[in-house]
Amino acid sequence: MAKQIFFDSKNDVAFRPKRFLGKTLVYLILIFWAIICLFPIYWTVTTTFKAAPDVMKGNLVPWWDFRPKWLGLKSLGLSPDRIFVESTVREEFLKRFYNSMIAAVGSSTLAVLLGSCTAYGLSRFKYRFGFMRNSDISFFFLSQLILPPVVLALPFLVLYKELALLDTRVGLIALYTLTVLPIVIWIMRDQFSSIPTELEEAALVDGLSIWGAFLTIIMPIALPGMVAAFIISLVLTWNEYFFAALLTSSHAKTLPVMVASQTGSQGISWWSMAALSLAAILPLIIIAIILERYIIKGMAAGAVK
Amino acid sequence: MSSTDAEYLHIVTQDEISDRRRNLGRLMIWGSATILLVLIVIQSLDQFSSFEFGFTTWRPTLYAYFFWATCLCWAQVILYGEQGRRRLFILPAVLFVISMVIFPLIFALGIAFSSWNLSSPDGRQFNGFDNAVEMWSDPFYWNALKNMVCYILAIIPEYIIAFCLAVLLNSQIRARKFFRVAFLMPLMLSPVAVSWMIGKSMLEIRFGPISRLVRALGWDNPSFFGSDEIARFMIMVMDAWTFIPFMMIMILAGLQAIPKELHEAAEVDGAPPWKKFWEITFPLMLPVSITAILIRIIFKLKLADIIINVTSGGPGGATDSVTSFIYREYRDRSNVGYGTFLAIVYLILIVIFMTFLIKMAERWSRPRY
Repeated sequence: MAKQIFFDSKNDVAFRPKRFLGKTLVYLILIFWAIICLFPIYWTVTTTFKAAPDVMKGNLVPWWDFRPKWLGLKSLGLSPDRIFVESTVREEFLKRFYNSMIAAVGSSTLAVLLGSCTAYGLSRFKYRFGFMRNSDISFFFLSQLILPPVVLALPFLVLYKELALLDTRVGLIALYTLTVLPIVIWIMRDQFSSIPTELEEAALVDGLSIWGAFLTIIMPIALPGMVAAFIISLVLTWNEYFFAALLTSSHAKTLPVMVASQTGSQGISWWSMAALSLAAILPLIIIAIILERYIIKGMAAGAVK
Repeated sequence: MSSTDAEYLHIVTQDEISDRRRNLGRLMIWGSATILLVLIVIQSLDQFSSFEFGFTTWRPTLYAYFFWATCLCWAQVILYGEQGRRRLFILPAVLFVISMVIFPLIFALGIAFSSWNLSSPDGRQFNGFDNAVEMWSDPFYWNALKNMVCYILAIIPEYIIAFCLAVLLNSQIRARKFFRVAFLMPLMLSPVAVSWMIGKSMLEIRFGPISRLVRALGWDNPSFFGSDEIARFMIMVMDAWTFIPFMMIMILAGLQAIPKELHEAAEVDGAPPWKKFWEITFPLMLPVSITAILIRIIFKLKLADIIINVTSGGPGGATDSVTSFIYREYRDRSNVGYGTFLAIVYLILIVIFMTFLIKMAERWSRPRY
């Protein structure tokens, strides 16, 4: 029988308390931070189902130290006993929710369409508008990111008044598109420059026009990037508060404005505020859980060249 | 992002544009432009002089503008053929951004140099540099600017935390997806909801869970928004809470792009982990870090939602950012002219500051070895 030649080094065989401790420490830090990230959400969700005494006693775990009640959802007219009854609160809430959704989805769609065409153009052709070359045009678009919303808010207030666009969803969509367009262009330019030009060259040789090649060949390949850009725009526009607070009053008011306007007047009816906040954050939480991959991909664009 | 010629598409096209076609294209552009101009003149007359045409809004001009923009885009194809079709990729966005930014900015300049209070009956009056004089002696605006400096300095600890978290996430751990989703979560939440969830309820002095925790730790009468420093610190913490994930993910992407061979080589050479971090990871991460910090600064300069909803600038303007200050100038005092002047000054400061930063960043991210 042959003699064993190779041995595990002592280092590898020995139980290494230092390494074990290090691992534990890493997990402890990770769990600690996860709690920091998730606790406010947990708090909001549970507060939705708490009555006033439960809030004051600081009860945290449902069914263990308090009995969940439908108070929060009832205040929005969404609890099981109210859902089939006429409710003005629910109508108001649904209207705000719908406004937010239209504004966010509309502007994100528009921004992705405009932005991907622009990013494609900038990554494929040489332009010259006067002194502006490609890099200048890119910079022109990206520099819009720096523009603080306060500077635009008032001119738009006056402008929209003259154009009868104040307090309309169309006005909000146009403005939101403007705010997310630079980000979309940033992400999509990254996306398109990773697609080899040989693909279009082949398509063009086969007789497609440049727009045909873009729509039928490049777009499907760049779809993941477009989804990423769309979702990031959606997050930013759904959460937008500043413009909505200044430019909408009754008809087109969005959900964040509704949440903000309730905070002052409510006093201590915590469950309804919690329910409202929950409604404002829930759609994006679901999106984040399902489409996390795309969000990370979108934010990582530009980080790695 | 330097782009060489090799990256572009090279297509040779042969376009023979006849004179008739060329004339048609020109006619489309200039014809629609004439319609637009005529409408503008008519509407201005309607607005500013005694002529009455019965317009209530400027909508007709808006539609004429759309018509002109459509004609302009279409005419590109007619006039320049294939070249025009290429321009069509970026022309709509260019027109959109110009009409949505440049035009309102000019408008804003007009408002900035006038005295205009929406609640006073006088309407808008040109007042030259009075606003500048008022700004010079307005302690609250300078205070807000000073606060902005504090808020921006808070990015440094945020960056350190984000880097540590990214390094941890990048190490060999289980349940990485769970941690990634959990860490990403704060970024998804609306600042307004966050300001209720954390600022108004969790930090509530009597029942809020954080107050309880703090009391258990020995601070008897916690008051989070009473004194200047603590209030400012709480705002920083809340803003950091929402935006740390953003930097973390950018840094994580950068970490994952570092080739493994480098670490293996260092390991073979017997480098201790700390040295490996300082001499390999950190220098390689420099460009990504600078991009992340720059974008973070841009977002930080817009910080307002949380402040407006949690403290509305209080106590005594200690937590005001420039944006929230101007917001209250509009909302509460209807002081439109002055507010716009402050906003324009802020824009100029930002542009100078960002240009400087980007220039510096370009120098730093290309270190000479």
